[in-house]
Amino acid sequence: MATKRSITITVNGQQHQSEIEPRMLLVHYLREILDLTGTHIGCNTSQCGACVVLLNGEAVKACTVLAMQAHGCEITTIEGLAPAGELHPIQTGFWEKHGLQCGFCTPGMIMSSYQLLKDNPHPTEDEICKGLEGNICRCTGYQNIVRAVQDAAEHMSTETSIPVSTQN
Amino acid sequence: MGIAAMLGAPIKRREDPRLITGQATYVDDMKLLGMLHMTVLRSTYGHAQISSINTDAASQLPGVVAVITAQDLKNKVGNIPVAAPLPPHITRGMGRRLPLADGKVRFYGDPVAIVVAENRYVARDALDLIEIDYEPLPVVSDVEKAMQPDAPLLYPEFGTNVAVSMHPSSEAIDNIFAETIANGGVIIKERIVNQRLAPSAMETRGVIAEFRKSDSTLNLWSSSQIPHLLRNYLAEQLGLLQHQVRVIVPEVGGGFGSKLNIYPEEALAAFAAMQTGRPVKWIEDRDENLAATIHGRDQVNYVEAAATKEGRVTALKFHVISDLGSYLQFFTDVIAIAFTLPMLSGSYAVPHVYSRCDIVFTNKAPTDAYRGAGRPEATYMVERALDLIARAVKRDPAEVRLLNFVQPEQFPHTMATGALYDSGNYAAALEKALDLIEYDKLRAEQHQKRARGKLVGIGISSYVEICGIGPKGVAPFGLYESARVRIEQTGTVIVYTGTSPHGQGEETTFAQLISNEFGIPIEDVLILHGDTNSTPEGRGTYGSRTTAVGGTAVYQGSLRLKEKMKTIAAAMLEANPSDVSLEDGKFSVAGTPQKSVSFAQVAAAANTSNTLPMDIEPGLETTVFFEPEACTFPFGTHICAVEVDPDTGEVEITRYIAVDDCGKQINPLLVAGQIHGGIVQGIGQALYEEVVYNEEGQLLTTTFMDYAMPIAPYLPALELEHTVTPTLVNPLGVKGVGEAGTIGSTPAVVAAVADALGVAHIDMPLKAEKLWRIIHHQ
Ligand code: FES
Ligand code: FES
Repeated sequence: MATKRSITITVNGQQHQSEIEPRMLLVHYLREILDLTGTHIGCNTSQCGACVVLLNGEAVKACTVLAMQAHGCEITTIEGLAPAGELHPIQTGFWEKHGLQCGFCTPGMIMSSYQLLKDNPHPTEDEICKGLEGNICRCTGYQNIVRAVQDAAEHMSTETSIPVSTQN
Repeated sequence: MGIAAMLGAPIKRREDPRLITGQATYVDDMKLLGMLHMTVLRSTYGHAQISSINTDAASQLPGVVAVITAQDLKNKVGNIPVAAPLPPHITRGMGRRLPLADGKVRFYGDPVAIVVAENRYVARDALDLIEIDYEPLPVVSDVEKAMQPDAPLLYPEFGTNVAVSMHPSSEAIDNIFAETIANGGVIIKERIVNQRLAPSAMETRGVIAEFRKSDSTLNLWSSSQIPHLLRNYLAEQLGLLQHQVRVIVPEVGGGFGSKLNIYPEEALAAFAAMQTGRPVKWIEDRDENLAATIHGRDQVNYVEAAATKEGRVTALKFHVISDLGSYLQFFTDVIAIAFTLPMLSGSYAVPHVYSRCDIVFTNKAPTDAYRGAGRPEATYMVERALDLIARAVKRDPAEVRLLNFVQPEQFPHTMATGALYDSGNYAAALEKALDLIEYDKLRAEQHQKRARGKLVGIGISSYVEICGIGPKGVAPFGLYESARVRIEQTGTVIVYTGTSPHGQGEETTFAQLISNEFGIPIEDVLILHGDTNSTPEGRGTYGSRTTAVGGTAVYQGSLRLKEKMKTIAAAMLEANPSDVSLEDGKFSVAGTPQKSVSFAQVAAAANTSNTLPMDIEPGLETTVFFEPEACTFPFGTHICAVEVDPDTGEVEITRYIAVDDCGKQINPLLVAGQIHGGIVQGIGQALYEEVVYNEEGQLLTTTFMDYAMPIAPYLPALELEHTVTPTLVNPLGVKGVGEAGTIGSTPAVVAAVADALGVAHIDMPLKAEKLWRIIHHQ
């Protein structure tokens, strides 16, 4: 067994220090060492997007990143997208629009949608489809996933359109 | 929302909060204390003799706990279960196997040995240290070649690869063909391939087995569609009593038929747990999933049809060749015979239908039920035949369909295939679809665009299928469904269903049924499934049967308890039970509505019992088994419009209309979701997906790079509508909708592309390169 290395990663706002094998994938680190099992594995060849998390705010496929590469980085997983007990507007969109069936692709879809809406807060249908081309869903036919992202976009834009001075 | 509006309400799903927050528990999300990891060494040959296996180096790798081969299983673990072995050969053992290859491998991916180790990385490393000497054998991966007398044999002792051959005399049907021609009619003939597909649920398979030696009890968590069947057959396979095995199905990430099976790895993980005394987890990798989970479809079909010069079909003649792959899984041998053959008249009143059928072994992964299971193949053949007839008689495909439909007043109707259809109104669905897409206008536009050199086409598919399976006698085990309904002291209703939903949303739809019946909020209803220790014996979720059969059991359970509650309420209200009615969660007496007790008060009285009269049994609990007398036959029409790029051969779907009739809809939001997903899987077959083996039996589609799954940018906006023709087969009037989209869509897409290119038929998948060659006559 290879010698272990020490890494420090901040996941969902909490810092973790671990001794791991250098070959350990980030997705296994999150799931097996930190027990954050919301990030899924659907292909391990970087096609399906079930494993998407945010690394320093950018969506990455955690099955193609070594945990070592995330040393010193901030990771957000589906568990950390919204404060405990609350839902992010993207999560609400998926629920409202029936954007999921078995739910296995859903965490990755939601994290990819986050990136998509960050880059383009008012996407067209085509832009949503294009933005999600790295995520496979076998259940929904994508129709309601597109609606879910549209719904999220609407709510996120009304929320952020509230002037800062009137918030809280 | 008022509770009375619960049935038919598009309410959002109750299962979603855990799924959208990452809190759902799939098999791979579980850890047990002391748990080991299992990996499987698989054959890289399509067909070979195993001359030796050396596991020494693997066993010595630090962290490896056990390495197991077929030798270790002998007399301890039985063969992979088969639901309905067919004579003459399968009943005598053809295609049966141990969970690990014994002396011979017969397909790429055939399991040969397993490793159990302290963690999954070590378990994976150890696979590379197992040394196997293979002596390659001649391979047959083409089903028609496998039928030839000189073909390499998978099971030489049987002298053939053909497991079942049904060739009734065709004299009568040939006469009808001759007569039709003599009367000035037309005949068509086509070889139609229904290619092999990989079901590709996004969650691969996974198992955890835990064995307690003291009382020989096995707990098995599996990503399965059939907890009870798995429990029953696995117990037998392992030599345990049924009650010693508990199967728990946690969250399941899609099945599509691929988890309606009892796989080698379930017995292997269990055996490893029994041997090592520690829990064992196995999680399938995607390459294993594409290689060794069942595949679907894979039929080669010869279709002939005769019709009058107006296009009225006088006879259909088929030769169905089903590629079984190398071994039998649970339903491998019966898919074509039980689900393709009966549906070979489609929605058409064809007086004479003839079919011959061969089911044949080849050096490929086993095929079995994949979304639609045999019906998509039948629908595809029949719909393609109707299109070819329309071409031959130079009439519009819509007109030819209208001319041949079984008429609404003819139901229930026995088809020439022998299938008894419950209900239908095929013309209504087709006409609605034509209206929605403005068919005449679309055809006119097509002519104009064609004149400008554009390759535009329109395809129609008017499908019918079998759901709500199924009546007594169709399987060796009854295909009933069950529900245990329990009302707690606080008025909460808990339903334990024998079905095993995995994305379909019955935690919501079944709760709607209960909420509607009792007039209580949906929040007061809990639907539980997937644990053989708490749910009544059930048959699981597949064949679009969960709501039609399982939902009916739930509904009947609620009726029984309602009657008992009325008796209790009557005692509480000092009234006659027949005068008591339940509305909006209140039991009241006819004529004096102010005299009432709430649902919760009656539930409390029943459960606390002290105030109940002596002749009323305490508690509110009942178990119902519902066995339908017949199947349901949902139907619909899909119309697809495409444009093919002449420079690239790429297909763009420009419109897609689906009018489906699944009877009454309990939750239209979920019905639409099923149809969306189904259509896209059907489009996937038509345009993209294909499992490919080479001549040596090597699998070429081992990742999602090579096996092209539909992704969002490929797909059109789907326009859905429906008609409602309730069935009388069950009291809910529901038929089933899980597979309809997949069955209806494929023929529509292929017809549209063939129409665009002006050719009679093109075999799937309609990839750009194939179409480019046709366009450019290459
Ligand atoms: S598991 Fe990472 S992309 Fe599929
Ligand atoms: S919801 Fe099942 S894979 Fe997307």
